[in-house]
Amino acid sequence: MIAAGCDVGSLTTKAVILNNARLLGHALVRSSFNPEKSASEVMEKALASARLTMDDISLCVGTGYGRERIGFVKKTVSEISCHAKGAHFLQPSIRTIIDIGGQDCKAIRLDAKGEIVKFITNDKCASGTGRFLEVMAKLLGLELGELGRISGQATHPITLASTCTVWAQAEVIMHLNEGMPKADLAAGINEAMAARVAILARSVGIEQDVCMTGGVAKNPGVVEAMEKQLGVPMRRLRLDPQLMGALGAAVFARERLGVS
Amino acid sequence: MYVAGCDVGSLSAKAVIMKDDNIVASHIMFARPEPSESARVVMEETLRKVGLSMEDIACCVGTGYGRNAIPFAQACESEIACHGKAAQWLKPQVRMVIDIGGQDAKAIRVDETGTVVRYAYNDRCASGTGRFLEVMAGAMGIDIEAMGDISAQAREPVTLSNQCVVFAETEIISLINAGRELPDIVGGLHRALSHRVASLARSIELEGEITMTGGVAKNRGMFTALEEALGVKLVRMDTDPQIIGAVGAALMARQTAAGNG
Repeated sequence: MIAAGCDVGSLTTKAVILNNARLLGHALVRSSFNPEKSASEVMEKALASARLTMDDISLCVGTGYGRERIGFVKKTVSEISCHAKGAHFLQPSIRTIIDIGGQDCKAIRLDAKGEIVKFITNDKCASGTGRFLEVMAKLLGLELGELGRISGQATHPITLASTCTVWAQAEVIMHLNEGMPKADLAAGINEAMAARVAILARSVGIEQDVCMTGGVAKNPGVVEAMEKQLGVPMRRLRLDPQLMGALGAAVFARERLGVS
Repeated sequence: MYVAGCDVGSLSAKAVIMKDDNIVASHIMFARPEPSESARVVMEETLRKVGLSMEDIACCVGTGYGRNAIPFAQACESEIACHGKAAQWLKPQVRMVIDIGGQDAKAIRVDETGTVVRYAYNDRCASGTGRFLEVMAGAMGIDIEAMGDISAQAREPVTLSNQCVVFAETEIISLINAGRELPDIVGGLHRALSHRVASLARSIELEGEITMTGGVAKNRGMFTALEEALGVKLVRMDTDPQIIGAVGAALMARQTAAGNG
């Protein structure tokens, strides 16, 4: 039986299709103002990549910020549960998940069975969420993905004194005006991001293995800065970390269908 | 004897010249990138208004964010001490001052001599400072000075679900797209900022008569919104609330000069 998961986030919408434990297809699109439309679009793409049609899907579980508005979804599960489910499915040794989304950040601790022991969310302050990086990338005239790529070339990363996105923006502008290389700025931005997230992560208690999920996990600068901050390695997952919520939703769908 | 106070803030620079118990001249201007430059220009403009030169000033005290860069200041005082001192001197019944600046907000409690007894301060988070209104005015394409008048026409002020400046900016853009009236949005922004500042003030407990200083106090929408958030009538200053810090610095200069002479 074929199961699917669809994760409608604030910035991107993701879908994953599973046949038992095998990944048949996946897709990622930018979220539009209409979550229902984004969900249909991403699902069509994922189905096409697996050469399937909607009729082949026995059950689809929805998650993410826009999960209540997905037409083809029969059941919804919170993002926290889905990230935990997805990460545990891929890598059962995972005990701590740090998920940085477009406008929030979550730290989740799991037991050996993959059950959630503790979690904490920040969605009040843009600093420490993907939005921080988005604002900074725009300021530097870079694509979000470039921020992680160029930070590796930094020789003297800047130190940002402010936590607040608004104040940090003023600091970055000042450094830009001084002619500071973009790589040094990007590295400082990634480090500031990691420092903020590390506080949240420590508050749930770090237990190894630790992994990062969500779009920001694709930024090697932030991942390395997190490793330095927390003093533990970040376990790399076998699948795009941005798909973790959708994968977890698909695993939930599969369990619901009675496949274990 | 003439004394002066110079307040170099993040957004504007202010200077005041006093003779005896009177403010004889004052000037406000946008801050230049160099605080020392802002100080020099604002002081020159103020002196010019009364035909004086720096030699006529017995003592000048500096305050504000750039206070350590004022070349002609004999001494420096914190903004907190200056706002507290001046507000109580101008309105003797005042026991609490709420100062919303361009990059910070302060709640200050003073005794009957204008000496600070307790204070709370936020400069960590842009929400809860003047920057909140500045960013929102920019997002709506309106002049920040016009916000007070615009909010006077509000019928049903919006309730924002976000506190963070970055998230609230996105939220008001969607409110505009959803067809909400501009006055209702501006009114909602004043309420949101007032709630932030009111909780800062409550953290040191409300005491006696309260007044509001700083540039944001000129915004009548904010003035009323803060009254509503605190549940009290605020004391209205007869003096421009934006120069209160500089007045406080001048009062400190007067004390220093009297002590020296």
